[in-house]
Amino acid sequence: MQAVRIIPCLDIDGGRVVKGVNYLDLRDAGDPVELAKAYSRAGADELVILDITATPDGRDTTLAVVARAAEEVFIPLTVGGGIRNRADARRLLRAGADKISVNSAAVERPALLAELAEEFGTQCVVLAVDVKRSVLDGDAREHGCPRFEVVTHGGRRRTGVDALEWTSGASQRGAGELLVTSMDRDGTESGYDLELLAAIASATELPLVASGGVGNLEHLAAGFLEGGADGLLAASIFHFGRHSIADARSYLASRGVPVRP
Amino acid sequence: MIAVLDYGIGNLRSAEKALQFVGADARLVTDANTARRADGVVLPGVGAFGACALALGAHGLDEVVVEAVSAGKPTLAVCVGMQLLFDSSEESPGVAGLGILPGRVRRLPPGVRRPQMQWNLVTPVGSAPGQLVEKEEWFYFVHGYVAQPDEASDVAATCDYGGTMAAAVSRGTLFATQFHPEKSGNAGLALLERFARTCAS
Repeated sequence: MQAVRIIPCLDIDGGRVVKGVNYLDLRDAGDPVELAKAYSRAGADELVILDITATPDGRDTTLAVVARAAEEVFIPLTVGGGIRNRADARRLLRAGADKISVNSAAVERPALLAELAEEFGTQCVVLAVDVKRSVLDGDAREHGCPRFEVVTHGGRRRTGVDALEWTSGASQRGAGELLVTSMDRDGTESGYDLELLAAIASATELPLVASGGVGNLEHLAAGFLEGGADGLLAASIFHFGRHSIADARSYLASRGVPVRP
Repeated sequence: MIAVLDYGIGNLRSAEKALQFVGADARLVTDANTARRADGVVLPGVGAFGACALALGAHGLDEVVVEAVSAGKPTLAVCVGMQLLFDSSEESPGVAGLGILPGRVRRLPPGVRRPQMQWNLVTPVGSAPGQLVEKEEWFYFVHGYVAQPDEASDVAATCDYGGTMAAAVSRGTLFATQFHPEKSGNAGLALLERFARTCAS
């Protein structure tokens, strides 16, 4: 059967969780490994660690975090942030990551996806796509620019690439999963961009993880029911203790979303 | 000692760590003769069928698996490791599998997300030898292809994904899972613990 995945996301900088965490009884709430263990115990289906560090030293710290997590966390772990080539991916996979998420580097050099797939298999290649709506929105097409545009560098750089074209070609290029973040919604807690998700979901057969904007449990449900996503990623609603993984699971089940009990 | 066969592919660390976590003396082993001395053998696999089959052979570890199975040594194959037990795969035409179990590996049917990348409910087939799936439980899957055994008696567990598929197969002391026990939380750790016990006995 199909079962939608609930995926907490940890942003880390220099080996520490950046967004505050004030739930559960953690010895060190800033330690990503402690938090990963807690989410795993609480029944998360997968975990995503995004390294938002800008320095090479920080990257080494991330490797150490992944290696420590692999000792004690036995659910799938996706790691993203700053992966530019096979050597970067190899180091993380050897440390214990199960999937590698690439974003800006794949936009700059799409062949990276095929290179990673060839060495590690498509099942560990996640194409992360950050998307912004055109300021023209519904009229964008008439003006020859994409309505949903791929952006990079944390949303600061527009690329002119049409997000629907980029994601529908991702499977052929070597990706095994899509992680789509609406940069318009990220941090707003106003819900996923459901129109964006639905457009992407209908044009790919790859698993689709929704990201950006979750502020309550109904937003998670809508990600599946209206957006067609089969992975539901969220950060703050879990980190700030507003909802537990179990809350999310029972709410989703009550809305008819297929989840692992 | 349990030898986790290391033929240079993907993340093998999690299989080794999960076995160690349940108390097994598991080690990544690249050398065929060291693997031959182990009490049990784990054949992991991630990536493409052809790449795995070729790398396994290049390390001389294909023979280790065949010998272990025919000698009745506990052997656990995981994901593409399970697929390698069969004759061939649509994923890599022209590359032979180990041919230990008769059957072919085929692409998942259309109409479902491919690859399957999720937890799925696994139902044991009661009479399977060496059953490591004790009851209906959820396990984590990541795969785009699936084995179709010729012999129904080789099927140890099933799940539903665009139709009923073989989630685990077994024959004698050989057990194999399409899902990843090392990534399936407590259910997976319990399965690995059962395997480790058969190796120790």
